[in-house]
Amino acid sequence: MKEPIFLGPHPAQQPDLQTLMHAVACGDTDAFAGLYDAVAPAVLGVVRAVLRDVAQSEEVAQDVLVEVWRTAPRYRPERGSVTNWILTLAHRRAIDRVRSAEASAVRDHRAAVLDQTPEYDEVSEEVEHRLEREQVRRCLRALTDLQRQSVTLAYYRGLTYREVAEQLSVPLGTVKTRLRDGLIRLRDCLGVST
Amino acid sequence: MSTNADLHTLTGAYALHALPDDERALFEEHLMACAACRDEVGEFTATAAKLAAAVSVHPPSAAKRRVLQRVASVRQVAPSSRPRSPSTGLRRRLPRLALAACLAAATALGGVAVWQHDRAEDATTQAEETRGQMDQLVAVLGAPDADTRTARLDDGSRATVVVSDSRDQAVLLTDLPATPSGKVYQAWYQVDGHMRSAGLMDTHRTSQALVLEGSANAASAVGITLEPTGGSARPTSDPIALLTLPA
Repeated sequence: MKEPIFLGPHPAQQPDLQTLMHAVACGDTDAFAGLYDAVAPAVLGVVRAVLRDVAQSEEVAQDVLVEVWRTAPRYRPERGSVTNWILTLAHRRAIDRVRSAEASAVRDHRAAVLDQTPEYDEVSEEVEHRLEREQVRRCLRALTDLQRQSVTLAYYRGLTYREVAEQLSVPLGTVKTRLRDGLIRLRDCLGVST
Repeated sequence: MSTNADLHTLTGAYALHALPDDERALFEEHLMACAACRDEVGEFTATAAKLAAAVSVHPPSAAKRRVLQRVASVRQVAPSSRPRSPSTGLRRRLPRLALAACLAAATALGGVAVWQHDRAEDATTQAEETRGQMDQLVAVLGAPDADTRTARLDDGSRATVVVSDSRDQAVLLTDLPATPSGKVYQAWYQVDGHMRSAGLMDTHRTSQALVLEGSANAASAVGITLEPTGGSARPTSDPIALLTLPA
């Protein structure tokens, strides 16, 4: 007997984010609470990866989620999934914080930890994201060293490509192409479509 | 001067937010003219979202409370069309269309119920009163600063309040179960912690729109209670719904 195969994690438990988002755009605070549960862990995760500082990360993650509520009526499904929209915003806000002049203290702190931290392995293991995490790790391992270092320094550390070039002592043009090649491979390995 | 081929390689750096501001502005200009670049950026952005999901951590439970608390007093932006859209007429209509979609989803169309009510009335004076209500209703729903709040009740029905600062008025749209006999739904404004009656709902209809009586700007919330027929001066039961208004 054939059994249905579900692609993607826990289809039965996953709220339909598009539907939730529509309700949020109509001012439905209950729907927002549901959306929060679905996306807050990834929002905090990516902000913390970039900022490192626990207290600042929580503050920025909360600001991002409030901004999601505020700007929900402007979300357009044809421009990408709800998750993409929110996580792009989260990463952008973390980057803004880290590059702002006021955050120079944070930057110093980050520069210090940057030297001693290995790549993307500081995160606690959690069951519900384990599969995703393993898939991403597997795909990152499939990149060349230079591709992987470029992508992780830029995304998880929030460095500009110029800073990445400096950090890795390679020409600017090389970093640009490695970021793009690396993302093409990751995209194909992760089976991403828009 | 960068060639187009050079610019195209920046899709990766752009999607990862790894371009300095000046180069980002230049690349965004290029994006406007390069559909292939836009597609690639879209795919890379989705790829980056996977990288984010892979480092998920659980926020402390207090964080959710704080966010929900803040959200209760944050006004949502009006939906807008694309900023570069040449059609200003369409742009002006869009927020209302979006609001109409919200209302259609929230209730079984209060506007239709009002219209039916209008037709059913024989006495001219009552019809005129209804028309007056309807004018106010349309004015609030169509106000450029109209903002909505929706709450789901225990039984799954929904209540939506649309409030306009500029008109100092609010409309309550509900789709409630029929009242037990001898009871009526009463709407309230919460003002400085006290409940002020904002009107009674029609007991003959479950789905309806009510223009609330009194100043909306002074109120911090709108509540609904079940009261004896004729209504009460003060609520005699806990609200079945309490919708916090945006500050």
